[in-house]
Amino acid sequence: MIHALDEAAERLGLYIGQPLANARAMCPDLKVFDADTVADAKTLSDIADWCDRFTPLVAFDAPHGLFLDITGCAHLFGGEAALLRTLVRALGRQGFAVSAAIAGTSVCARTLTRQASGTIVADGGEAEAISGLPVSALGAGEAITTGLRRAGLKTIGDVASREPHEITARFGARFSTLLAHALGQGDAPINPRKPLPDYIVEKRFAEPIATDTMIAMTLSRLADTLVTSMEKQGKGARRLEAAFFRTDGVVRAITIETGRPVTRSAVIDRLFRERLDALADPLDPGFGFDMVRLSASRTEIVVQEQRDLDAHVHDNDELAALIDRIAARIGGKRVVVHLPQETHIPESAVLVASAQHHLTSAMQAEWPARTESEPPLRPLRLFDKPEPIKVPFATVPDGPPHQFTWRRALHAVVRVEGPERIAMEWWRQDGKQLTRDYFRIEDAEGLRFWIFRDGLYEGEVFDGDGKPASPGWYVHGLFA
Amino acid sequence: MSGARGSALAILRGQIERIETAEVAHQHERVALGHSEADAALKGGLARAAIHEVFCEGRQGAAATGFVMGLAGRVCARRPLLWVRQDFSEIETGALSMSGLAELGLDPRRVVMVRAADVESALRTSADALACDALGAVVIELWGEIRQFDLVASRKLTLAAQGSGVTGLMLRMAAQPLPSTAETRWMLRAAHSPPGSMWSAWGAPVFDAELLRNRHGPCGRWIMEWSCDECQFSEPSTYPQPVAAAPAHRPDPALLQQRRAG
Repeated sequence: MIHALDEAAERLGLYIGQPLANARAMCPDLKVFDADTVADAKTLSDIADWCDRFTPLVAFDAPHGLFLDITGCAHLFGGEAALLRTLVRALGRQGFAVSAAIAGTSVCARTLTRQASGTIVADGGEAEAISGLPVSALGAGEAITTGLRRAGLKTIGDVASREPHEITARFGARFSTLLAHALGQGDAPINPRKPLPDYIVEKRFAEPIATDTMIAMTLSRLADTLVTSMEKQGKGARRLEAAFFRTDGVVRAITIETGRPVTRSAVIDRLFRERLDALADPLDPGFGFDMVRLSASRTEIVVQEQRDLDAHVHDNDELAALIDRIAARIGGKRVVVHLPQETHIPESAVLVASAQHHLTSAMQAEWPARTESEPPLRPLRLFDKPEPIKVPFATVPDGPPHQFTWRRALHAVVRVEGPERIAMEWWRQDGKQLTRDYFRIEDAEGLRFWIFRDGLYEGEVFDGDGKPASPGWYVHGLFA
Repeated sequence: MSGARGSALAILRGQIERIETAEVAHQHERVALGHSEADAALKGGLARAAIHEVFCEGRQGAAATGFVMGLAGRVCARRPLLWVRQDFSEIETGALSMSGLAELGLDPRRVVMVRAADVESALRTSADALACDALGAVVIELWGEIRQFDLVASRKLTLAAQGSGVTGLMLRMAAQPLPSTAETRWMLRAAHSPPGSMWSAWGAPVFDAELLRNRHGPCGRWIMEWSCDECQFSEPSTYPQPVAAAPAHRPDPALLQQRRAG
């Protein structure tokens, strides 16, 4: 099946959707490449990234189109005509064949790109602009296009001249809506790839910049501007994105999240410096960046606190700032706080949560109080997955082992405390969970272990024949 | 002439002294551990605004963690604790359990954990954190011998700690001590619980702590018990104290004092 073809092939009469064997029969020396839809989508997405320089609202138009909402953006590029020219020429230089058009509605613009690339239609001129185009330009599908042609409606103007209810009756409501949109009566909403950031500042360069110092300087200037505009509305940024537009079309975006709204440009500057320093694949300027954009995609209203008198607030701020810096460098998931959970199962008693988002709740969490004058009942170090140990057979069935082998070393048990029986939460988990009997063990060297027997003797563990088997033993933690 | 030179020297000495005292402004703060002999050796307790190293063998990781946690608990004084650890050490000795921490009488609410993927990012994060004066202490948990942690890296951490007054505690598991700028260096082993019957309940964590290096005092080796209720170290009551081995690389402090006196 032919997925796409070039102009020369089209002139030979081949068409998209034609079986490859038929095409080979028509043209024996046809050059064929496997279609790679994933790579196509990736390329389209890269082009969309590049198009971000014209407007933040870029939407996909499957399978290989892009919508750019340039409302209010065109004057920045010297008007609509200049924008269109710049865009087509730049993409053309990259080796893409582009057909582009500007119109008041997205559907009209799409119709124009199919047959009249390069057209710019002013508001209200849509019907006139597309009336002369063949009906296939509407892209309504093979069945409808053929149907229209059979009905003698060759151009969009012909179709538009009919009464809408006739069209609806013959071709369905969906087609008549499409036609109305194309004619400039109402518009289908586009679905931008990224939500519109709350604040955007950007800087373009006539001469591309490539040095680290220039990049850092640009970022800090942009941060200043961003903060000034956020300050006017009493906002602080929780999520910042810096996008670097390379001259050859590659766009690199770097995102930073913060635990508290940032209101100082020095902080933004420092966070980005940390992040840029720690990038696994450093920012590659290539032949230079011709544009840098800084946007605050999530903002929050900043509550002004009285700082001077309360040193505690100051300390928490400092800590939050430090957490943000570390998170910017090594990733937000790597800086964590711990929240207690209502469960007896040791491995799920503590919830690990991102420190940026849960610092305050972790600081106020209620931990179960320890029993006075008791030694520690829970180990200081806990294994994520309990590690199996080898226990010789000659033990009291329900009792603790006298010795065990863990990590290839034999430990003789000198002291034992237990068992502490922990039953699993049958009301929560699917499948049968075994009851655990925990023992606190001290070996001949003074090392202390928290071991458990997984399952009750003659009650829960059975072998293949249904006879009671000996349950497994595990080390779950180590005491100090 | 000589008088002028003498006064110039005095001025210079004064300047140097001022520079040095400015650098070590925090260094006079010491926190008593609770174990009287150890505190005496440490001249009153563990110095704040400095780096302290705790070494242990691989399988003694939990004991050393308990000891470091105890030191951090003494030093922090209700301030947050930043615990930086390398991913690998969690696989080897298990994750630091907050329930276990609470059982030791410490506050898990004030612990922020940094899970560093490798040594470089752990060291960088620690240097950054040590410069933040809102913290009480920074614990750096590393596993195995580490090439990257040389004198320069160690000096960097020390300077950061001196500048901010934050105490740095290095937990080095499965590693051999190397030259560093640490204020004290400890070698940790787990100690037996006090003798009793085999089936009796055993007590609080007991450490066999050997002070290998002490910049401002003698070394020693003590059995220290962490009492979870009082949140401090103490001498185990029913435990025979071992005789501290005379440190080989330093003259005996008693002899030294005799010589000075004589």
